[in-house]
Amino acid sequence: MSLDSRNLPTPDAVAQTFWQACLSGQLPYHLGATLLRLVASFAIAMPLGCALGIVLGRNRKLDAFFDSWVMLFLNIPALVTIILCYVWFGLVEGAAIFAVVVNKLPNVIVTIREGARALDQDLLEMARCYRFGQRKTFVHIIWPQLYPFVMGATRSGLALTWKIILVVELLGRSNGMGYQLHLFFQLFDVASLLAYTVAFVAVIQLLEMLVLKPLDSRARRWRR
Amino acid sequence: MNGIAIRIDSKYYPGQTTPVIQDFALDLADGEFVCLLGRSGCGKTTLLNCLAGLDHHYQGRIRHGQSSTRPNIGYVFQNPRLLPWRTVRENIELVVADPKQAPETLDNLLETVQLLAVQHHYPERLSLGMSRRVAILRAFAIQPNLLLMDEPFVSLDAPTARQARELLVQLWQQRPHTVLFVTHDLREATVLADRLVFLSTAPMRVIRQIPITIPRQARHDEHQIEAFRQHLKQTYPDIQSLL
Repeated sequence: MSLDSRNLPTPDAVAQTFWQACLSGQLPYHLGATLLRLVASFAIAMPLGCALGIVLGRNRKLDAFFDSWVMLFLNIPALVTIILCYVWFGLVEGAAIFAVVVNKLPNVIVTIREGARALDQDLLEMARCYRFGQRKTFVHIIWPQLYPFVMGATRSGLALTWKIILVVELLGRSNGMGYQLHLFFQLFDVASLLAYTVAFVAVIQLLEMLVLKPLDSRARRWRR
Repeated sequence: MNGIAIRIDSKYYPGQTTPVIQDFALDLADGEFVCLLGRSGCGKTTLLNCLAGLDHHYQGRIRHGQSSTRPNIGYVFQNPRLLPWRTVRENIELVVADPKQAPETLDNLLETVQLLAVQHHYPERLSLGMSRRVAILRAFAIQPNLLLMDEPFVSLDAPTARQARELLVQLWQQRPHTVLFVTHDLREATVLADRLVFLSTAPMRVIRQIPITIPRQARHDEHQIEAFRQHLKQTYPDIQSLL
């Protein structure tokens, strides 16, 4: 089999495609659309998932009641919820975001619930004895213990959300990375496909370097 | 406050049929230093938790003087229970109602327990003895009416434990308040307390209360302490196993 330059473009060709897509404004536009969806769904799913995870982790009765529901939503294929959302709510932005949130939420809940179950009882007793009150207890006792779980949920959540958003865009939106990748698939345009992937990886790396790593090191400063 | 009256008719652990505490009655006078002596696992920590309001599942009544409100209670737990993600100073500031009020007071306290130099360190970098001093300081920082101490000097080497005891007495004498101190070490109790309270096991109740007659300034004398122990041994056969 000979190396087909169309199906296996050289790094050089990919870089050139990347540059042209940037200059034409196509790549920033579609990447921006996807990023906006990411931010929106993330901003809904994380706080909501954290709150529900804490409640379920601290309340055995509620946890027993909702456990099978959480497991159900955790295991429903993303494609099913996406299609159902589009069928029920129409091909609109709200349906797209909602579908992503429904897919991401159970993951956050399950992770944070583990953290809330493992809270140090000794420290909670100390806080009660010294009358910390609810706000102070949350800020100084509960949140620092949940932090590693929140970071875990953030990282795994980001990875998951990206993937789901692309499917959501492919099925029912007319912009975004998913929409573009579908287009490149139809055109067998591997160079553009790889160029978009590079942009994708770059964004994730930047996020990791500029946001997540500094947050991590700040939170770990007390460890030996 | 006019003393504390503890009456616990019965206290059961969940799912158990025999009580851990039964017919327990103890009165504490204002400013009194009382040591509870009993075997490990006899229910002393449970009693302190009831007093601290951490455990409400018991039959009985705990009255804090005339007032119906819970007084300021400082609790030094068996393990220091410091927040590892807060510095020494932050750990203490957190329990104080208004940390901005008087930073000098906190500086003085930190200086007294020789922790000023490590005030910005995180607890994981401290030795156990230092962590215990921070825990004691935290309890004193809220200016408690009642101080509960649950074997706070256990697993310290002898000189460190002695220093810690001296420090405790010094802080207590600066600002007298009621102290209930749990230990199973008779020597430690004799050095610290105004009164010894001996406890039985399963269920826990008071067997005997003995005031300590040795003057405080004479308590560094090992011979006096040992003589007191021998005296207890000969006089009270019912507490032999605790001596």
